[in-house]
Amino acid sequence: MSTSTKGDWPLYEVFVRGKRGLNHVHVGSLRAADDEMALLHARDLYTRRNEGVSIWAVRSDTIAASAPDEKDPFFAPSGDKVYRHPTFYDIPDDVPHI
Amino acid sequence: MTDEHVYVDGDSARWAFGTGFTDPLHGVDQAVPDGVDAEDLAACCLALGDDALVSAQRLAEWCTRAPELEEELALANIGLDLLGQARLLYARAGRADGTGRGEDAYAYFRDPEDFRNVRLAELPGGDFAFTVVRLLVLSVWRLAVCETLAAAPDPVLAAIAAKSVKELAYHRRYAAEWTVRLGDGTAESASRVRAALDALAPWLDELLTDRAAARLGVDPVAVAARTRLELSHVLADAGLNRPDDVSRLDAPVPSLPGSGRDGEHTPHLAPLLAELQSVARAHPDASW
Amino acid sequence: MNNPTAAPPRPYDPEAAFENTIARDQRIEPRDWMPDAYRATLVRQIAQHAHSEIIGMQPEGEWITRAPSLRRKAILFAKVQDEAGHGLYLYSAAETLGADRTKMTERLIDGGQKYSSIFNYPTRTFADVGVIGWFVDGAAICNQVPLCRTSYGPYGRAMVRVCKEESFHQRQGYELLLTMMRGTDEQRAMVQDAVDRWWWPSLMMFGPPDDDSPNSARSMAWRIKRHSNDQLRQRFVDMTVPQAEKLGVTLPDPDLRWNEERGHHDFSAPDWDELKRVVSGDGPCNAERIARRRAAHEEGAWVRRAATAHAAKRTARLREGAAA
Repeated sequence: MSTSTKGDWPLYEVFVRGKRGLNHVHVGSLRAADDEMALLHARDLYTRRNEGVSIWAVRSDTIAASAPDEKDPFFAPSGDKVYRHPTFYDIPDDVPHI
Repeated sequence: MTDEHVYVDGDSARWAFGTGFTDPLHGVDQAVPDGVDAEDLAACCLALGDDALVSAQRLAEWCTRAPELEEELALANIGLDLLGQARLLYARAGRADGTGRGEDAYAYFRDPEDFRNVRLAELPGGDFAFTVVRLLVLSVWRLAVCETLAAAPDPVLAAIAAKSVKELAYHRRYAAEWTVRLGDGTAESASRVRAALDALAPWLDELLTDRAAARLGVDPVAVAARTRLELSHVLADAGLNRPDDVSRLDAPVPSLPGSGRDGEHTPHLAPLLAELQSVARAHPDASW
Repeated sequence: MNNPTAAPPRPYDPEAAFENTIARDQRIEPRDWMPDAYRATLVRQIAQHAHSEIIGMQPEGEWITRAPSLRRKAILFAKVQDEAGHGLYLYSAAETLGADRTKMTERLIDGGQKYSSIFNYPTRTFADVGVIGWFVDGAAICNQVPLCRTSYGPYGRAMVRVCKEESFHQRQGYELLLTMMRGTDEQRAMVQDAVDRWWWPSLMMFGPPDDDSPNSARSMAWRIKRHSNDQLRQRFVDMTVPQAEKLGVTLPDPDLRWNEERGHHDFSAPDWDELKRVVSGDGPCNAERIARRRAAHEEGAWVRRAATAHAAKRTARLREGAAA
């Protein structure tokens, strides 16, 4: 916990759902003393122009992230699984609705 | 250099003003309906409009002085909401009182004795504790009033009130959360909240006995009871529920004579208005 | 693997990866390896940029309580609020590089980090609000639009948001001036006076001339900066001249004229010594601006401490509740 006597507030990452049907997208960070404050700050900072319908605020120090130099082991294995992509499959042009 | 644009969306011109905005008065008939006393309506709009303008002005004074940058944004949002409410209410007052005056005539070309705000709103800024506690009191009270006015017989006032309810619910939440943080936080912050309650107490009665919206269906007794109840809940959450804390609200010190609703103000309103009106009055023929 | 005798995979070479990312005009992201000097340059530039937004609230913020119509009051209030927001977007980008916002604020108020020289000039009349929107935000847009493609991802993304919002700032300023120019003679004189006072400081906003800008070349190689100071200044002048004509004001430079051959306007250089003085702390309002920021930071300390203390107490209570 950040309980420094200077009162520095911990960092939160903010995710906003732009409209219904979309994922929450990371928009930036802010500082807040607690979760409620983080949500209100996020609303004031990142949705001043009707940019969102839903907000997540997450303490930055609770996010588990992959390291950049793990890029190959993490993401390369999916690079050859072409069969996951719909274009892998040849379908005659005259088959409707597929 | 090639031309560079940041606009990925087609509707760039609207960006700055956002999208999906709705005019709260869209499609609402502006005529004062039969059965509504235009004088009562005008007085109500003016009282609530002046409360909002004076409060917005006090919040604007925080600009570049807030305790944290995030609070700059929050206080400005609340100030902008209240300024927006004042503008709509003045427009309605101008229609109801038959003068056809616009918002700026009310804001810039009336003298202090013509203002009808409660004195609580005009008290000088004070510290952040004073600001959030005053905001809490005013937004709890105003929310209760506007919730009833959302069903007022005048459809324009009802629409303004309905829009205000959403904003005030947010103001109340902001102010309540901060009151709790400060009340519970440190010995210093708790003592500052107590000092704010003491400073506000003499002016509570004027607010809680206010009848500005009474003829438009708002029961002042019910509003007062609800306001006290909500405030006592917040103070309890803030750890300010010792008997002498609660008594700050339950048995307010005797009310001070006079009423802002009758144009009787503290000496603090005149300088506030002098600043607000300075440029407009220095150039009366100008257009802005 | 098809060929067991192939060379083992080369160890990950972060420096090559960095160079390669820059060369392909792709973005560097926070957890990527980067040269210390790249990180330091970015922190310095982003912090300076963030400080400029925050200090930049002051010259106009003084007019919110005095704005001469409720419409202008709302516009200005929202604009100055945006600047606080822009400051936060930028501090947040700097924090992804390991810079701490409180420390950056402390560096600002002890004079260790700079902000744009333009905000050390006073705002004398309400016309200044319009001219700041037109010139200062216009110049900021010239500077910032290319930065949307800067090589550091979080900075570029912050700039996209900032630029979109700044377009409102510039337009509201110009619209205010248009309205004033259609008003009284006194108002027209106010506008011309403000134009005369803000023109030269606005040209200085792009920084010293290229042959006197020591860090520019490296920043351009790293694609942090994408255009030189002089290129951006030229773009600003070319953009502003026709706007001034439409408005009916005179830009205070007798040598300002179109150069057919270059396809650009020729114009006089501002007083670079003045820029040096203002940047080094000796402008008309430097002391006042920093004093205000310092006061807000110091007077807000008890509030920030109280919120932190409350959060800690609440966590402790929850823990006790869970243990009971």
